[in-house]
Amino acid sequence: MFKRAWGALRQGLAKTADALGGKLRALLHGRRLDAATLDEVERLLISADVGVKAAAELTASLRAEFAAGTVERGEDAIEHLKKAICARCGGRSTAIAVAERSPTVILVVGINGVGKTTSVAKIAHSLRSSGKSVLLAAADTFRAGAVKQLTIWSERLGVDIVRGKDGADPASVVFDAAEAAVARGVDVLLVDTAGRLHTQEHLMRQLTKLRSVLERKIPGAPHETLLVIDATSGQNAIRQAELFSKAAGVTGIFLAKLDGTAKGGVVVAIGDEMGIPVKLVGTGETPEDVQPFDPASFVEAMLGAPEGPA
Amino acid sequence: MFEGLTRRFQDTYRDLTGKGRLSESNVREALAEVRTALLEADVEQGVADSFCNEVLSEAVGERVTRSLKPGEEFIGIVHQKLVELMGPPAGTISLVSPGPTVVLMCGLQGSGKTTTCGKLAQWFRKRGQTVLVAACDLQRPAAVEQLEQVVMGVAALGGSRVAFHGEPDQCAEYGKAVGAAVGVARRALAKAKADKFDVLILDTAGRLHVDAALMNELESLDRAVEAHMRLLVLDAMTGQDAVRSAKAFHEKLEVDGVILSKFDSDTRGGAAISVKRVTGAPLRFVGVGEKPDDLEEFHPERAAGRILGMGDVVSLVERAQEAVKEEEAAELSAKMAEGRFTLDDFLKQLKTIRRMGPLKQILGMLPGVGSALSGIDMEDGKLDRIEAMVGSMTRKERADLDCLNRSRVKRISTGSGSTENDVNGLVKQFGMMQKMMKQFGGMAGAGKAAAMRQMAAAGAGGGFPTRGSTRTASPAAGFKKRKNR
Ligand SMILES: Nc1nc2c(ncn2[C@@H]2O[C@H](COP(=O)(O)OP(=O)(O)OP(=O)(O)O)[C@@H](O)[C@H]2O)c(=O)[nH]1
Ligand SMILES: [Mg+2]
Repeated sequence: MFKRAWGALRQGLAKTADALGGKLRALLHGRRLDAATLDEVERLLISADVGVKAAAELTASLRAEFAAGTVERGEDAIEHLKKAICARCGGRSTAIAVAERSPTVILVVGINGVGKTTSVAKIAHSLRSSGKSVLLAAADTFRAGAVKQLTIWSERLGVDIVRGKDGADPASVVFDAAEAAVARGVDVLLVDTAGRLHTQEHLMRQLTKLRSVLERKIPGAPHETLLVIDATSGQNAIRQAELFSKAAGVTGIFLAKLDGTAKGGVVVAIGDEMGIPVKLVGTGETPEDVQPFDPASFVEAMLGAPEGPA
Repeated sequence: MFEGLTRRFQDTYRDLTGKGRLSESNVREALAEVRTALLEADVEQGVADSFCNEVLSEAVGERVTRSLKPGEEFIGIVHQKLVELMGPPAGTISLVSPGPTVVLMCGLQGSGKTTTCGKLAQWFRKRGQTVLVAACDLQRPAAVEQLEQVVMGVAALGGSRVAFHGEPDQCAEYGKAVGAAVGVARRALAKAKADKFDVLILDTAGRLHVDAALMNELESLDRAVEAHMRLLVLDAMTGQDAVRSAKAFHEKLEVDGVILSKFDSDTRGGAAISVKRVTGAPLRFVGVGEKPDDLEEFHPERAAGRILGMGDVVSLVERAQEAVKEEEAAELSAKMAEGRFTLDDFLKQLKTIRRMGPLKQILGMLPGVGSALSGIDMEDGKLDRIEAMVGSMTRKERADLDCLNRSRVKRISTGSGSTENDVNGLVKQFGMMQKMMKQFGGMAGAGKAAAMRQMAAAGAGGGFPTRGSTRTASPAAGFKKRKNR
């Protein structure tokens, strides 16, 4: 039932897929492979932030198939890569968890400026359009203007919000929000949190605390903990995923800002090394700009990555 | 910053040092390692390649292959090439006269522009300039309020006048505000002129470099105010896309400098290494925290030193000079010498060190320490706890630890959210420190001064571990063990 909310969004990665026909297509289309082309494939993967290791592994398997004669044409190579990358990053379910008994609690975390608050607005919007009742919790009481920012979104979207004063204890905001969510019988409670660097250990501990406040108030909560990753980020996102998982038990990734030229390839490494699936992608600044993650079109878009300059 | 990268370079150095003389093949091997390390650090691929080629062509020359210390020669070349890659230094910011000097900020969404505006205002304020900061981000909800709070925070620090210009009623929903920002900028400029501000800083909405409409808006903003300095704010953790977007901003706007934000993270600094080469615009500042003071000028030379694990003592000394007041230091060392050093003094010292930045960052500036630290958990939280414990003591207890009995210890531990063991540990370690200080206090002359300095460092900072010995006998280290129990 809940799933249909996301189904409504299923329009494919329109914007990012536009990049298709980019470099890799041009490189591989209608051509027989050779060693130089395979090297170029590796460079393209690196420029999409897949990481040296994953890029090497992916091309190694391609090279092996090529040597064995099982992959000869450019098109075969694309298919092969698509499968290999999908297996790494999209093997797991991308559906958002739903609590057996409402409310479902979704906790949104991430480093500064990645797009947490906007992503919360996007999720709220899509839930609303599928008829769910939503409550927002403004647990970023630290950054200047953060509460106001989420409040403006709540007004624009017509959803309720629970907030404390700037500088209030985020745990108490979360506590109040959990109580309100139960009392008002809402379907989903969405918690926005302050941006923090994964290296700031005391702030990471604060996240653990927020989690346990939710747990105590609502059995099984948070049912989903989404780590927002900026698609422009490089290999450091792996550390983000590791440390946020440790502190907050990340269950899925919201890949934001995929509407730029960055390809977000680092989620391939994250999916592969840590088994955390991407669940949603953000493709703009309005509440409509969110889509369920579709591994196949993601890979297509990624392989269309333009070569970096210099 | 640069974490991991440093270790890789030192491994390479060690490998090469072990090789006796160098041949082209072992240089090539080493460079393959270097290239991987650079890519893992998010250095732009083209930059990593050309860097390695340049090092290669120098390193296979006679000077190196003949040298008896090939490892050192090699690292020397790498250092020089890194400096070339990131340099030359940006030079000082020159103000126009009559003012105001107009500074236009730009960058992708979420790169840290607004926070950086506050830091820049603080930077100018500290140099005696008056600053007006205007909010031209009408797009993101509450961006105007955010900037206002940030700027007011700086203004509250006193000294030169710092003020805010914002027109929240000009805000509109996404896409509808294009153009309105130009009006705000014009009015801000008029105000800056009328009120004789030295500097006008314009915050702008984050935008994608491929968003033609918004990039054009930026251009018209620039034209409307005839900015003297256009600064691009870039997230230090950006991957291969960093240079793509930086280049696009530069092409549109002729950026005068780049500011890398979130440099206090564990980024390996690829963007810092690549951005100059690709855009031609120098890296001017790095942001190292969320507070107004957390902005540092970027020095290619020093950064290269840090990357290679040579430390950055110059920056360390500069920071110490900012954090430590001279009289305070003199008073403290007198107290130590006379054995009057109390927990209160200790706390004061702890705070001083912490003013200089996160512990790991400070220690990373010492030669050889950066890589030794990479495995250690240098948690600032432990210092927090020491502070909390001392803070929970009464004045009497702080002055005389001997009066602590079971119930007092219990009270202190509850008050500070720690265990009784923690409190006892702190007391014990501090007692030892005091005893040692008294011993040194009896010494005379230069030896004493040196010993004092050492004590001061050990007492407050948890001891600076040096290469090879990562264990310290300081209170901070003592707590670490207990905590991992
Ligand atoms: N182009 C684009 N911009 C986005 C996307 N998601 C968020 N943004 C923008 O990124 C900027 C930062 O977004 P926020 O939602 O405030 O980020 P945050 O993580 O909540 O930031 P802090 O709370 O300050 O840590 C804003 O300007 C957003 O409009 C996206 O998918 N695409
Ligand atoms: Mg936010």
